[in-house]
Amino acid sequence: MSQSPHDEPDLTGVPQGTAVESPVIQPGHTYASVTDQISAIVLTRPTSHGWIFGFAVSFTLLMVFLYATAYLFAKGVGIWGTTIPVGWAFPIVNFVWWIGIGHAGTLISAVLLLLHQEWRTSINRFAEAMTLFAVSCAGLFPLLHLGRPWLFYWLLPYPNTMDLWPNFRSPLIWDAFAVTTYFTVSILFWYAGLIPDMSTLRDRARNRLAQLVYGMMALGWRGSAAHWHRYETAYLLLAGLATPLVASVHSIVGMDFAAALVPGWHTTFSPPFFVAGAIFSGFAMVMTLMIPLRWAYGLQDFVTLRHLDNMAKVILATGSMMAYGYAAEVFFAYYSGNKYERYLTVNRALGPYAWSYWSLIACNVVAPQFLWFQSVRRNVSALFIVSLIVNIGMWLERFVIVVISLHRDFLPSSWRIYSPTIWDFTHLIGSVGLFLTLLFLFIRLLPMISIFELRELVHKTNEET
Amino acid sequence: MGTPRKPEESYGLLAEFEEGEALLEAARQAHAAGYRQMNGYTPFPVHGLSQALGQKPTRLPLLVLVGGIVGGSAGYFMLYYASVISYPINVGGRPLHSWPAFIPITFEMAVMGAALAAFLGMLALNGLPHPYHPLFNVPVFSLASQNRFFLCIQAGDPLFDLVQTRQFLEGLHARVHEVQP
Repeated sequence: MSQSPHDEPDLTGVPQGTAVESPVIQPGHTYASVTDQISAIVLTRPTSHGWIFGFAVSFTLLMVFLYATAYLFAKGVGIWGTTIPVGWAFPIVNFVWWIGIGHAGTLISAVLLLLHQEWRTSINRFAEAMTLFAVSCAGLFPLLHLGRPWLFYWLLPYPNTMDLWPNFRSPLIWDAFAVTTYFTVSILFWYAGLIPDMSTLRDRARNRLAQLVYGMMALGWRGSAAHWHRYETAYLLLAGLATPLVASVHSIVGMDFAAALVPGWHTTFSPPFFVAGAIFSGFAMVMTLMIPLRWAYGLQDFVTLRHLDNMAKVILATGSMMAYGYAAEVFFAYYSGNKYERYLTVNRALGPYAWSYWSLIACNVVAPQFLWFQSVRRNVSALFIVSLIVNIGMWLERFVIVVISLHRDFLPSSWRIYSPTIWDFTHLIGSVGLFLTLLFLFIRLLPMISIFELRELVHKTNEET
Repeated sequence: MGTPRKPEESYGLLAEFEEGEALLEAARQAHAAGYRQMNGYTPFPVHGLSQALGQKPTRLPLLVLVGGIVGGSAGYFMLYYASVISYPINVGGRPLHSWPAFIPITFEMAVMGAALAAFLGMLALNGLPHPYHPLFNVPVFSLASQNRFFLCIQAGDPLFDLVQTRQFLEGLHARVHEVQP
């Protein structure tokens, strides 16, 4: 959806040749056909075996996560490999990884909306949902890592009998505010986008329960001119608010590191570097999920090769920024003349965790280079593999930042080799289960593509031809 | 002009169109004919419809600005109060009112206030949630959320007349339905 009608097709930012080759939506669709096809996934199509199987696997992993969490609460953080000097380890790696993934939704929805990128329409709803679920996973890890998670509310400023406040000068508390705000604004943005589609489902549902539930969620939406006018204003304003917000959230995550004196963390360039990494991993995750979904639900008409091509270009661009970042890190270490920074750089490349550093370079710097070729950007399986590799690479990047910096800092007498336990992996894989469970429920119960925006797109496409 | 019907006998007349452009044209003509209490209903935002119906621009942006200012100032005040008044700690003589460190939370709170104002303000100004509406009594109105475009001239309009308004709407090549209250 966009605020002003725009007739110049050049605004899509894609060369005309490409645009003709694969449109944002396959021609021949009408308002009714897009409405039918998307709402049918939720309302009339039987639940597929693939869905049941996928949901069962995800739900099992979620149960594993809950089991691990119960065990953690009973035993304490000692079940993890987290030990001084590596006091952050897996939980924080997972936190930063998930929150980074959670950046694509808002980016696709808000930034691309403000930039009039019409191709966002078919993927924004899904990306927003992905954001919510990824941020939910992310939010759990710092809480689990607290040691006494039942005291998590100490993070919040509230009048208390201890007469204490959180340390407002610490980036860690900024982070609590940033993630809370980001989660809230993402929910509002997502729900606002859903309201008109809920009215569509309400009006199409034949089942009484579905009519009631979707009817309640639609809040009595009638699609009146006055409603739409305020709705579009609100949506655009939310997009305008979310854009600086999304940059602030991962910047503050970057500051969590930058404010510490640890070698490899204490650098002013952490915030922009983290934001680029977040966009990189977020787009990769959207691609990893969208490619199987469009195939399973026959959505190739709406999520076309054009979308995949554009996302691949974003991944390539942000991947190049990451490559620049890795090069800059090495240069800074050399140029600072600081022996701890220099040692860290050598230790990353040649130390006991060198495997993680070089895997990271292979995943985040080498793998995206294939996206320079149009033949790769138009090969769905190749894209899927590259996006999967990028996801792994971004996890490794956080591992490199957190673990390698901490395990050997200033004092050789306190160096120690960190090794994760089975519970570290259980929580990581379990959180993927939580994420996928929510995602499976979402694609079964809510329209995964914004129907009213597709109708608008059909309207615009018809006008142009 | 015929005898005006009382509003309680009918909510109004609903004209059904296949395309947004036809509705837009009908809205312009209805506005030119002097109708004011009317509204268009569309499955996606049709640009210019609100203006064609003579609706005023929304005050929502102002509300969002106020929300942002309130959120931001409340956030800053909380930080100031906690750090300077309620629990001042002297750390190596550093200033208690260390405003640069207060910026991130102030920003987050401003965004939170503005976003809540945008969402809740949009719902409030739209009068949502609003589970029952007379238009839902017209079976074909369920297509307003799918692929049809509607113009409803309400019985409360001073010019409204069941017969003449129906003729006017039919003159615009629309199928016309009466809406029970």
